[in-house]
Amino acid sequence: MVAALKRPGLGRAALGGLLGFGFGYGLVVVLRLISGLPATQTAQTGYPQLIVGMITAAFGFLIGLGAFDYWFRWAAGAPTYPAELEHKAHGAHSWRDYFKFNTDHKVIGIQYICTTFVFFFIGGAMAMIMRTELAQPGTQIVEPGTFNSLFSAHAAIMIFVFVIPVFAGIANYVLPLMIGAPDMAFPRLNALSFWMLPIAGLLFVGSFLAPGGGFDAGWTGYAPLSTGAPLGQSFFNLGVQFAGASSVATALNFLVTIITMRAPGMNFWRLPLLVWANLSTSLLVVAATPFIAGVQFMVLFDRLLHTNFFQELNGGDVLSYQHIFWFYSHPAVYIMMLPGFGIVSEVISTHARKPIFGYRLMALALIGIIVLSYTVWAHHMFVSGMFAWLRIPMMITTLLIAVPTGIKIFSWLATLFGSKLHLRSTAMLFALGFIVTFTIGGISGVMLGMVPIDIHVSDTYFIVAHIHFVLFGGSVFTIFAGIYHWFPKMTGRMYDERLGRVHFWLTLVGMLGTFVPMHWIGMEGMPRRVADYSAQFGDWNLLISCFSFLLGAAQLIFLYNMIVSWKWGPLAGDNPWRARTIEWLVSSPPPIFNFDQIPRVVGGPYEYGVPGARHAILGPAEAEVGAAEPAVAGSAGTGPT
Amino acid sequence: MTRATLARLFAAIVVLTVVIAVPMTQIHWDGTQASSQADQIDTLLNVMIVLSSFVFAVVLVMLGYCIWKYRAKPGDESDGEPIHGNTKLEVAWTVIPTVIVLFGAIYSWIVLGDIETKAADALPVNVTAQQYKWTFNYPLPNGQSVSSNKLVVPSGRQLDLHLTSLDVIHSFWVPEWRIKRDLVPAGEGGNDIDNTVRVTPDRLGTYNVVCTELCGFGHATMRALVQVVPSDQFASWLAKQPRVKPQAGTATGSSTGSPSEYSNGSPTGGP
Ligand code: HEM
Ligand SMILES: [Cu+2]
Ligand SMILES: [Cu+2]
Repeated sequence: MVAALKRPGLGRAALGGLLGFGFGYGLVVVLRLISGLPATQTAQTGYPQLIVGMITAAFGFLIGLGAFDYWFRWAAGAPTYPAELEHKAHGAHSWRDYFKFNTDHKVIGIQYICTTFVFFFIGGAMAMIMRTELAQPGTQIVEPGTFNSLFSAHAAIMIFVFVIPVFAGIANYVLPLMIGAPDMAFPRLNALSFWMLPIAGLLFVGSFLAPGGGFDAGWTGYAPLSTGAPLGQSFFNLGVQFAGASSVATALNFLVTIITMRAPGMNFWRLPLLVWANLSTSLLVVAATPFIAGVQFMVLFDRLLHTNFFQELNGGDVLSYQHIFWFYSHPAVYIMMLPGFGIVSEVISTHARKPIFGYRLMALALIGIIVLSYTVWAHHMFVSGMFAWLRIPMMITTLLIAVPTGIKIFSWLATLFGSKLHLRSTAMLFALGFIVTFTIGGISGVMLGMVPIDIHVSDTYFIVAHIHFVLFGGSVFTIFAGIYHWFPKMTGRMYDERLGRVHFWLTLVGMLGTFVPMHWIGMEGMPRRVADYSAQFGDWNLLISCFSFLLGAAQLIFLYNMIVSWKWGPLAGDNPWRARTIEWLVSSPPPIFNFDQIPRVVGGPYEYGVPGARHAILGPAEAEVGAAEPAVAGSAGTGPT
Repeated sequence: MTRATLARLFAAIVVLTVVIAVPMTQIHWDGTQASSQADQIDTLLNVMIVLSSFVFAVVLVMLGYCIWKYRAKPGDESDGEPIHGNTKLEVAWTVIPTVIVLFGAIYSWIVLGDIETKAADALPVNVTAQQYKWTFNYPLPNGQSVSSNKLVVPSGRQLDLHLTSLDVIHSFWVPEWRIKRDLVPAGEGGNDIDNTVRVTPDRLGTYNVVCTELCGFGHATMRALVQVVPSDQFASWLAKQPRVKPQAGTATGSSTGSPSEYSNGSPTGGP
């Protein structure tokens, strides 16, 4: 028992969390007593003893887990790793290793994916509760206050601990393999990034236990509603810090990995588009995320320390919250979409057996999107009462973003021309389904970008429809495509395609049935974020709820398929899709250090149909047959005639 | 691809565009139009619906065509044609969408200018929101004012609504008027908030002010009645209302303290 608590692991982490909490709590109490204040403070925006305690508990947890063991030893001048531990912390030798601090990018990738899917199902369950409440006008199963907490937590969980990190997880697994690297550039930082994530998720879910209930100012947490809200709000403020720190650290890791660890011959124009997508995403994350971290600290300080950043009566400025918030949160919508674009490019070219049409323009479109995405944030504030003139330039840049996004859609479609299209993989179904659903989301997005239309539909169900078309029809469809596509690589086993197809079709029908009618009731007058609504919308809402239950049930099929196939699925082989990128050249799952020999890259990643073309060669012994590099550029080549 | 196929595809796109756009523009999604601004906004929306239907039809037809035409035969494991790109096409689908969205931007800009033009005889009304109720205050020429918890307005005259909140952010929306604007707690003339919104009701009837910015547990039911009446009827209604003396702040009987024991905007605790 004692020995178990001394070894790094979840046991010691729990102990560390407890000790950390005790330390933080005690520190506040002692300092308050010294200052002559009552030992604890329980105003709804206060509770400093709990808040400091939660921060120190999080660090105690990480220290207990062993996240800092190496650095501590190094700082103390001790041997950084006792020899017998070296390999235990890298690579999975049994299922138990997935519950430890592990530095192998493949283990971390799977840890990310499994953890984020747990949160996906928790957030999804909240959606089901909300849809049950909304099936009829009036109040049935949850009070309006609880309803507010539900959609706030639903969105915070889906965004911060599902969509953003699940992409980091997928890329964690496949990106180093794709560029021929043995691991990520900073494996320990990588592991630390992952372990901050459950902390964020626990804070979001745990907020429901706080006095006054869960945070209820929406995932947008506008001041001054958030600055005056009960304690749960502080859980949100803190959760965002951990999720944000996690994604910034991962993004730095991706940047350094992509820039410095490419295999010989892997120049930028030979990078698979998934790598390009994560490169762009990481550039967004490192520059934008500090803004949301900052603004949530400002709210926390307003609540605890009376800093008055957003208190208009004390010289603060209410609207500045929204500007800072959206300066992160608009780029964040691309943080939640670009990695998906990368996945779709991989899946489509593989299953269409064709090079991606206009590869270079596809990469440049990503760069265009990230540059423009910093210039559009105030399109979320057209009715906020901000400086009126600002609406016009923000409208123009917003509409212009549709151009690079359109380039991507058209290029995928053109990739299908003259292809040998295979629909047997569920991954391809989700990729093609994504083209349809994401186009709908993009179209409603363009409408929202036009100020006069937005004035009418902003903060209505039209927005809820739009959000879900881009996040569910966009991000989540690509996430499913990615999971199905690399499932054989990650587990070495094949999933059940029949169940996969059922999952796809039910998801598509459920999603259209749930979210299409939301456009209409929004335009007709149903506001967003309401537990109750006027009776005229009753029938539509009942229909929406029925479809949403179908949508929810479909995800259980996915869960079943994944679990059962992981254990009992037929062996998949190294390259079941006959894909060209490097991760398919190694075994499934790949060896612990990925490559016995560093691969050499000799051509573009998608040279399907080019006689003799290769992307990469494993091992120097092999002769470089057909190494001549075919044209990759979007400018050369023939049209789909 | 032959010319004939191209023509057929194009025809399919046009047909699909019509099939989507016609019903979509025939249904009045936005509901009743009850302000002179509503018509222009709905027209803009309809133009966008037609353009969007076209874009959506292009995507659907191309996708459908490819799946139908290029689906690999069972057992065919060969690769597709190695087409890497086509500069003309790529330029086309960069330039054409740019033109479309810039058209949309300019059109929207014009509509925005129109719907926000101030009329000379606009009727000023001060709108004050607090958790979870609305107050409407009509300043009178003699310095007094009339206060009401329903918004009674004359038809055909522009309203110049001045919006303030006493606690958190709320939002003023009358769906039939298509006009919405947040009410920001900004103190007196505070912080450069654009707190004026204009609308010209032109259809008699009873509507609702709907709060569309999350403001707490009572948000869903934070409504107020709107009555659009002929102008003589409005004048007599106004004449019958009790007068209130002018005072600081726009709302009558407003408490500057916390309107509810729940979230009142500013942090509650002492140290
Ligand atoms: C089973 C599928 C889902 C259903 C039925 C569902 C349902 C809902 C409902 C009922 C709301 C509250 C709307 C309101 O009252 O304003 C909501 C809000 C939201 N959902 Fe979902 N949702 C689903 C999946 C997702 C996913 C996968 C994501 C993100 C990846 C997501 C992101 C959001 C966001 C950002 C909001 C806005 C919350 C806010 O207004 O603060 N949802 N969803
Ligand atoms: Cu945005
Ligand atoms: Cu409200």
